[in-house]
Amino acid sequence: MLVEILIAACLVISGIFGLVGSFGLIKLPDPMMRLHAPTKATTLGVGGALIASMLYFYFVVGQFSFHELMITLFLFLTAPITGHFVAKTHLHLTCKPGDLPPTATDRPWASYESDAERARIEAAAEGETAG
Amino acid sequence: MLRKILPHPFLTLLLIVVWQMLVNKVTVGNIVLGAILGLIIPLVTAPYWPNRPKLRSLPRIVEYIFIALWDICVANVQVAYVILFKSNANTHPAWISIPLELRSPEAITVLAGTITMTPGTVSSDVAADGRSLLVHCLDAPDPDSVRDGIKARYETRLKEIFE
Repeated sequence: MLVEILIAACLVISGIFGLVGSFGLIKLPDPMMRLHAPTKATTLGVGGALIASMLYFYFVVGQFSFHELMITLFLFLTAPITGHFVAKTHLHLTCKPGDLPPTATDRPWASYESDAERARIEAAAEGETAG
Repeated sequence: MLRKILPHPFLTLLLIVVWQMLVNKVTVGNIVLGAILGLIIPLVTAPYWPNRPKLRSLPRIVEYIFIALWDICVANVQVAYVILFKSNANTHPAWISIPLELRSPEAITVLAGTITMTPGTVSSDVAADGRSLLVHCLDAPDPDSVRDGIKARYETRLKEIFE
């Protein structure tokens, strides 16, 4: 009984956060802000459903299932990478270096350094260590 | 010699454990198969992992994981509040630049991943020399405090773990 309430609570929490994340996709005005919505959905939204599934299999079916832990692990590995790809694409398409804060070092953000410039700097650094 | 057969002992161990969890049943056969995978995969992928990251202490890693999970829960509620109850005119998105003291690429990757998984902040780019990180905040009226918070909460801990 208590376990069922707990499972139901987890499912409701996961549903609410999934819904809020999707609503954020509609409501927020620019692409970088919309990017924040999916990071939410993958953390508490999916996390709640996975905890509910683990509780169900352990207490109701009576076997321990590791698959939910694996899903969490793989999500935590892949979600930042997709987020990073989308952010970088956005930078390349719409942002100019002037829109961003300075790097505080003498080289620009990696998206804005040309391959030729990078090759030149790296060759120079290698020459220094070799010489 | 041992280094030739086991270029990444942690990776081998992780692969064996992950394989047990994927098949969801611990038997001798599964452990042997997991061990074979754990031996072959690090050998085949060794060229892509030139350095072996040094990990200092296990309790610190566990502490870091729990702090990150807790922060994810708190930040989820904060971002839900921003989405549901704040008007777009009242939300202040901001780019912030975080100067890094971390030098090891693995540590910077973990930091960037943590920042992205915490709702409200997304790490977007790194300086060409890897000495600062570009982060986008959904709602940051005071960007400097966000930067100091990330440095104090995550970077110092990662520095203890990796360096």
